[in-house]
This record gives sequence, structure tokens and C-alpha cells, in this order.
Amino acid sequence: MIKHRLFWPVVALVALLLGNRIVTPGFFSVEVKSGHLYGSLIDILLFGAPLILIALGMVTVIATGGIDLSVGATVAISGALACYIISDQANQGSVGGVLFAVALALVLSLALGLWNGMLVAWLGIQPIIATLILMVAGRGVAQLITSGKIITVNSPPYKLIGGGYWLGLPFAIIVVVVVAAITAVLVRRTALGLLIEAVGGNAEASRLVGIRSRSLIIMAYMFCALCSGIAGLMISSNIAAADGNNAGLWMELDAILAVVIGGTSLIGGRFSLAGTIIGALIIQTISTTIYTAGVPSYRVLVFKAVVVALVCLIQSPAFRAKVFRRRHKRPPPQPKAEVPASDSGDLEVSA
Amino acid sequence: MLRKLVALSAAAVLATALSSCGAANNSGGSTSASGGGSDKITLGFSQVGSESGWREANTKSIKESAPAAGIDLKFSDAQQKQENQIAAIRSYIQQKVDVIAFSPVVVTGWDAVLKEAQAAKIPVVLTDRAVDSDPSLYVSFIGSDFVKEGQEVGQWVLDNYKDASAPVNIVELEGTVGAAPAIDRKKGFDDLVKTNPNLKIIASQSGDFTRAKGKEVMQAILKANPKIDLLFAHNDDMGIGAMQAIEEAGKKPGTDIKIVTIDAVHDGMQALADGKFNFIAECSPLLGPQLMDIVKQIKSGQTPEKRIITKETTFTQQQAAEALPNRKY
Repeated sequence: MIKHRLFWPVVALVALLLGNRIVTPGFFSVEVKSGHLYGSLIDILLFGAPLILIALGMVTVIATGGIDLSVGATVAISGALACYIISDQANQGSVGGVLFAVALALVLSLALGLWNGMLVAWLGIQPIIATLILMVAGRGVAQLITSGKIITVNSPPYKLIGGGYWLGLPFAIIVVVVVAAITAVLVRRTALGLLIEAVGGNAEASRLVGIRSRSLIIMAYMFCALCSGIAGLMISSNIAAADGNNAGLWMELDAILAVVIGGTSLIGGRFSLAGTIIGALIIQTISTTIYTAGVPSYRVLVFKAVVVALVCLIQSPAFRAKVFRRRHKRPPPQPKAEVPASDSGDLEVSA
Repeated sequence: MLRKLVALSAAAVLATALSSCGAANNSGGSTSASGGGSDKITLGFSQVGSESGWREANTKSIKESAPAAGIDLKFSDAQQKQENQIAAIRSYIQQKVDVIAFSPVVVTGWDAVLKEAQAAKIPVVLTDRAVDSDPSLYVSFIGSDFVKEGQEVGQWVLDNYKDASAPVNIVELEGTVGAAPAIDRKKGFDDLVKTNPNLKIIASQSGDFTRAKGKEVMQAILKANPKIDLLFAHNDDMGIGAMQAIEEAGKKPGTDIKIVTIDAVHDGMQALADGKFNFIAECSPLLGPQLMDIVKQIKSGQTPEKRIITKETTFTQQQAAEALPNRKY
């Protein structure tokens, strides 16, 4: 069990949660308040939902050997466009109008993903450079849509996406579960995951064996942008406003961190969906811990750095081997501390 | 090689397309006025950018008050870049405007260009933000006093809870860590509130001046602290985010938990008029008329005060309801 590659990320998450339980006694309590679930754990899931989505998109891009820095900008653009369209409607509460706005925002997100994918797959630009263009320019586009202002909307159907509840559960969490399930089925129950890993392992070799690596790479970037677009809708819906300046700011870094904490290598190839979700939850739990435990604001960054460093260290086989050996004086250090889990093992976890 | 060329040109096309969009948006402000009669005072103004609604109102106030005061305004937008701003100031020096005013993008690095202005005998006025250069390099600095804004809110809290016998639990949502408004507003508020031992700040966290963070932080604080009486947010946006968190926790903002903030932007004033906020200290962007007065003073040979504080007021719920229809931002 210790050999399973999800073991240490899960240990880190559980340790963080238990630490919270000690500092804040009521941390695990979940009660029903005005018809919906209410508690710190629900908060972690609700505010973590956008990050989980973006990290899911990011991990597919990283699996193809790329990286997408433009997710934060896509978040801002998608939320800005949806709020702009809704605020322009005579009846902001109409379900049809909201669906129209949501659809348009998601189509635009897909187009942004297509742009990234084409730069990378067709023109052969380095992914970090290709997506940097949209990362820098995208926030400008979002500000252009909002004319630099915060657009406030008052639309109950739109509010549902990121801040509403359905059957007592936050709607955002349901969306994440659905997207994650669809992704897991597509990636692990069809050959798609294998193909993506093949492209990430060696794009040229996979092309030579007959895999359409270009369209796969474009699809990965479009999926990532779609996830970011949905996350953008959630974030703006949760506060019922679009903030082109701040929505999704630096989220690309959190998403990449989530992927890495979840045990996926940035080199590409093998990837773990379940690990990524756990990684995103760890990051959100750190934030919630800071607010709940009342870490003074000027110490927040140091606190985060220390926790993230610990989480990464605990996952490093080399680090564990050293600490382990010193404490227990085990004479033979194993050459390979961790045997990579087989594909079939991962299949069961992520599905 | 061809691949690289195509890639580069594609990137260039995108960049130009986007920047021209931005330019189109700001074209109204690039150079709005051209040389009028020689008897008219010419003011060259370099704005930070248009990053927020507050800034937009600030720009509008300056643009509207210049013609009203009979001043010829040359306006430029630095789009958050110091090099743009330095270039704008240099061009004003070359055009020999009568007075230069600007809202510095950053605090440091102004010595050289300010000395150039001084050598050309053109007086410089800073608006809204300070610089770390020697004060002899500029004539006057007009802007808000963030400490005073914090004190205004603190005073309201002191007055409203002076008879409180039980401890009053206060939560503070701070602005971006290290930002001048966050540091000064916290200082002004905390120092005053400390004078009454019944008033206790039980949690103080940064919400980065944004709605999303304000909501997220407040939601966590609400869970960790069952009894909260008052929330002080360093700006309206964080207050609005926190207000939503309070509502979702099944409490009534403005009644169960009182909310006091700073800024008085439109959405904040609306919340105040609706009874969900309790008090706002204004941080006014409308310093145009005061700036024009200073320019006229300088031109007529007077020396304006070194530090001028923007005319600002405070709003209670009733005052907000009355003021709301006439607010400019």
C-alpha cells in the first residue's frame, strides 16, 4: 500500500485535515443550514472546485508534454464575458439568457484552447511561450470586456453555478464530480489516456506508429481551456460579479502545483487524475487552514511555503529513504524506493 | 526556419491586434486637448492606467474639471508602466506645459525625470500616490490620507459601542499585504479601537482587496469564530464578498454582524443604502477640482501646501440612500 503512488499525497491531505481538527475543534462538523450543507469541509470542496477543474485540464496538457500558463487568463475572460452578457439582458433572472451567456463563454474558452493548441501543435512553438502569449494578453481581453470595471450581476440562475446548492450540495461540487467522472471514463476506459501518454512520452515516435499527435495535443489544450472556462464561471458566479483584474490571478501556478503534488511529472507521459484532484484539495486545504487557524497575514506566504515544501519532501523517495534509514538504522538502502504502479492499478483508483 | 517565422509573425499579429484593441479603448484619453490660446494654463497629466472603477472615476473627474476651470489639459495613460509615464513627462517638458501632474505607477525611480522638470522650471504635482524622491523636487502632493480613513471607521465603532458591557468581537479583512492603504488603514483603525478594552479584534486576515478572497476568508473565519459582532473590511469589495459569506451562513449582514468599510464605490453604497453595510468612510477619486485649484495657485505665484488631503466624507445608511442617485462612480 505504501508503494502506491497515491499513498503519500493522501497522507499529506489527511495530516493537514487532522492538524486542523486539533487547532479548530469544530473543523469536521458538517451541519445543515438553511437547506444546504454547511461546514469547513464543504468550504474546501466548494472553493477548491475551480482549482480541481483547472488542475484536471492542466494534467492532460502536461501529460502531452506541454504546459498551459493561460488558464488564469481564460478564467477571467470566461467570467467577464458571461457577466457582461447577463448584465446586458433586460431580465437577468431568465434561465434561457443565462444558458446563452454560459454557452457563449464556454465556446470562447474552447476557441482560446484551440488557439493555444494550434500554436503548439501546428506551429511547433514551445508550450510555455505559446501559452504565455494568452496569459499576458488574456487579462487585457478580460478588462476590455468589462471596460476595467467590476460587473455585478443579479441573476439567481447564474448564481447557482458557483454559489448555489442542489439537493443540499453545492452545485459546483456536483459539476466537478461530473467532469472528473467523464474525464476518468474517457481517459481510462478508452484508449485515449494511453494515446495521450504516448504523445507525451515521445510525440514523434507516436506519430510514426500512427497516432494523430497533433489533434490529440490540440484536444488537450481545448479541454484545459474548457475546464478553465467552467472554473471562471464558478468563480464569478460565486461572488455574482466579474473582476477582470483579479479573477484567476496566479491560478496557473496553483494548478501546476496541484498536478505536481499529485505525483505527475512535468516531463509528460504518465499522469494521475486522482492524484491531481488530491493535489488541488491539499492546496485549498492549506488556504482554508490559514484563514480558519488565523495565521497572521504577513506570515501566510511563509506558512504556505513550509507546508508545500513538507508535502513535496514527504513524497520524494530519496528524502524518505534518507530519513527512514537514519531513524531506523536500516543497513541496506534500496536502490529503487518506489516501484511505479502498473497502469491497471491506477485504472481502478481514478475510475 | 519557415516554421519559426510563421510562429513569430502569428505572435506578432496577435500582439498588435490586442494592443490596438487596448489603444482603441483608451484613444479618448491619449491626447484629448491640443494647444489653445497662449493665455490659457496648460496642464500635462499622466495617469497610472485604468485598472479599476475607482481609477476611471479619477480620470473622469480630472478630464471634466479642467475645461470647467479654463485649463488646457494634455492627458496620457501610462497603462501601468513607469517607462510610459517617464516618456509622457519628458514630452510634457518638451512641449513646455505650465504644470505637470501625475499619479506615479510606482514609488521609486523618479529622481532623474523630476530633476529634468525642475531644470526646465516646470512645477510638478503628485496626485493620489506618493514617491520616495526628495520633496524639493515636487511642489505638492494631493491624495487621500489612508490613516485618517481608518480612524474615521474606528471612531464610528468607538461611538457605537461606547456603552457595550460585554466584549465586542471584531473581524478585520485587510488589503493586500504590504500595500500602503492596507498598512495605513489598519494602523488608523487598530490604534483607535485599542483604546476601549471591550473591543476585541479576534481575527485579522488579508483578503487582497478582492470580492472573491473577501468571501473565502470570511467563510472560514465565520466557522472558526461562532460569535462575531462587527466586520471591518479595508475596502468595499472585500466587504461585499464577506457580506455574501455572512448571508450564506444564515446571518443577517448589517444586523447580526455589522459591516464597516472604506471606499464608497457604487456597489458598496448600494449595500449601505440597503442596510447590509453600516458605515463607509469615503476614499474619493474626485480630486479634479482640487487639482485645478492647485494649478491655478501655482500659476498665480502662490505656493500651495506640500500635502493636501482630498476632500472626503463618511456615509451612514441614511446618507448613502440620499447620496446614491448623484454618485459619479
